[in-house]
Amino acid sequence: MTAQTMLDKIWRSHVVVPETADVPAVLYVDLHLTHEVTTPQAFAVLRAGNLKVRRPERTIGTLDHSSPTQADQVFGRVPIAIESARLQMAEFERNCRQFGVELLDMKHADRGIVHVIGPELGLTQPGSTIVCGDSHTSTHGAFGALAFGIGTTEVGHVLATQCLLQRKPRATAVNVHGRLSDGVGAKDLILAIIGKIGVDGGTGSVFEYRGEAVRGLSMEERMTVCNMSIEAGARAGMIAPDATTFEFLAERPRSPRGAAWERALECWRTLPTDMGARFDREIDIDAATLEPMITYGTNPGMVLPVNGRIPADGDAVFHKALNYMGFSPGDALKDKPVDVVFVGSCTNGRISDLRSAAGILKGKRIANGVRMLVVPGSQHVKRIAEAEGLDRIFTAAGAEWRESGCSMCIGMNGDTVARGKYSVSTSNRNFEGRQGAGSRTLLASPATAAAAALRGRITDPREVLS
Amino acid sequence: MQPIRQIRSRTVVLPASNIDTDQIVPARFLTTTTRAGLGATALFADWRFDASGKPRADFVLNQPAATGCRILVAGHNFGCGSSREHAPWALVDYGFQAIVSTEIADIFRSNALKNGLVPIVLGAEEHAWLIAHPGIEVTVDIEHKTLALPDGRALEFPLEGFSRHCLLHGVDELGFLLAQSEHIAEFEYHRA
Ligand code: SF4
Repeated sequence: MTAQTMLDKIWRSHVVVPETADVPAVLYVDLHLTHEVTTPQAFAVLRAGNLKVRRPERTIGTLDHSSPTQADQVFGRVPIAIESARLQMAEFERNCRQFGVELLDMKHADRGIVHVIGPELGLTQPGSTIVCGDSHTSTHGAFGALAFGIGTTEVGHVLATQCLLQRKPRATAVNVHGRLSDGVGAKDLILAIIGKIGVDGGTGSVFEYRGEAVRGLSMEERMTVCNMSIEAGARAGMIAPDATTFEFLAERPRSPRGAAWERALECWRTLPTDMGARFDREIDIDAATLEPMITYGTNPGMVLPVNGRIPADGDAVFHKALNYMGFSPGDALKDKPVDVVFVGSCTNGRISDLRSAAGILKGKRIANGVRMLVVPGSQHVKRIAEAEGLDRIFTAAGAEWRESGCSMCIGMNGDTVARGKYSVSTSNRNFEGRQGAGSRTLLASPATAAAAALRGRITDPREVLS
Repeated sequence: MQPIRQIRSRTVVLPASNIDTDQIVPARFLTTTTRAGLGATALFADWRFDASGKPRADFVLNQPAATGCRILVAGHNFGCGSSREHAPWALVDYGFQAIVSTEIADIFRSNALKNGLVPIVLGAEEHAWLIAHPGIEVTVDIEHKTLALPDGRALEFPLEGFSRHCLLHGVDELGFLLAQSEHIAEFEYHRA
């Protein structure tokens, strides 16, 4: 048998009908994650066709994108402020009920951002195929799963058939050599990778992140890296499962138990790419030389070390982006003023992210005039943070502490950045208007975001790390 | 889906590269629960309208020449970012039937095809020529996978066989998948 990549192995074990020159493969989906925004039109198709959800037990729903983060609204003490969001969530609840899909509803203790709850509950498992009507489904690849985002029409396909029509993507190895230095984290690594290969560098392919630096990352850090694969255009990112993965998954509420766990481990250990397997492409990056990174433009590929300068010149799109951001060619980013700081999202809304930000803010106050919002990625993350007292560190520092959800990453629930204001955000997209019409987003790690809140200016987090 | 064989239209040009789906449909429009109606209000909303909701005269879709154009020629890597199918829904609702670029992001391409919006990727030189000549009339032929210029030159573009078949015959992929249910049941049986 020829040496196979992890992608080859997962792909092969999920092919229901092989692809031919004329027709793509019918690919089986193990886990379908759903949320309120990208499903209503899919359920409508099922209803119109008198179809059922083929495997409701392989489908789970949560409310995250348009859900409020203010406790009063979440727990029903006051009405949800945005009427269209309220209606959309009510429709999702109705759909889940009618079609027999489990929903982690608004008051559910396990609710959270779809890409945070999957791993947290142990639903995300190595070797599986995972889809969701959301491009950051790539997050789940951190466990050695093939996980990718789909559109709403495809959500309907999976609901009705548990399958998708797919051509096999190309495999790209992203080899991260050396080790990250102190004060440089997973977010800096993935931003640097996107900066190197561009926002279209991964089109048509699945990334497998490999190398010493990747092996040294915790599961939460691996999720941060895989999460932003889509920002390089790759539909999925994956990391081979290892002891770190198994340790994370052990004893999760929905992980296999007892003999089933042992069988699963045996199978998961066969997943890593074989020695000598060939990738369609290899990308090399040196971790040791990386610094904390921050974006300056209107896509995640427009990124610099925090102590760097914006290039002196570029194409029309570069100038349009700088104009939008209110920056000039050649500007240093350091010390630029900041209005808003957001810590949260499926990229950096997990407990280690909150610990990192809290570590910088402990016993201190954020700068005058800065608004800081800390939004845990799930209710579970929120409970752990509160048990550790992180919420009190944030509130004592002058930040707002909220219920979980996507919040200011996408601004659908009213958590937005005002026109023209600068936001240092731990989310994944700095597109024009992403955090609200006219908002200006600079993407960075939780440490860099907290440092910016503290000083009210863009700051190298290593300067404030005690 | 309606079968499509040919699209004959003038082009409208948006030369920016990396036009993401947040630009095509900003997130605040995503609380809708239907596919309809996104063309009038949501499509390129923050480029088309100013903060007070008035059309921006300098945006290409607001210019008289754009009326009735069904082919959008856009910069490299069109449709990157979010998987929202609202982007092709809005483009189709507005009247577009094809997008021409040098690269089209994976999820957008897949979503576009399911809505009869034809993703056309051309070489850099041919694309640059189209960018430089907005408003010319071109003819897209799905069967032959060509985009014909006014001078008669036919530029070929890649279109995966199954996608081409679905466009030409108005095939709904869901129907195709449902017809595989015996294979799916067998697969599930063997894995259980
Ligand atoms: S946190 Fe942001 S990127 Fe992640 S799923 Fe929510 S909206 Fe999408």
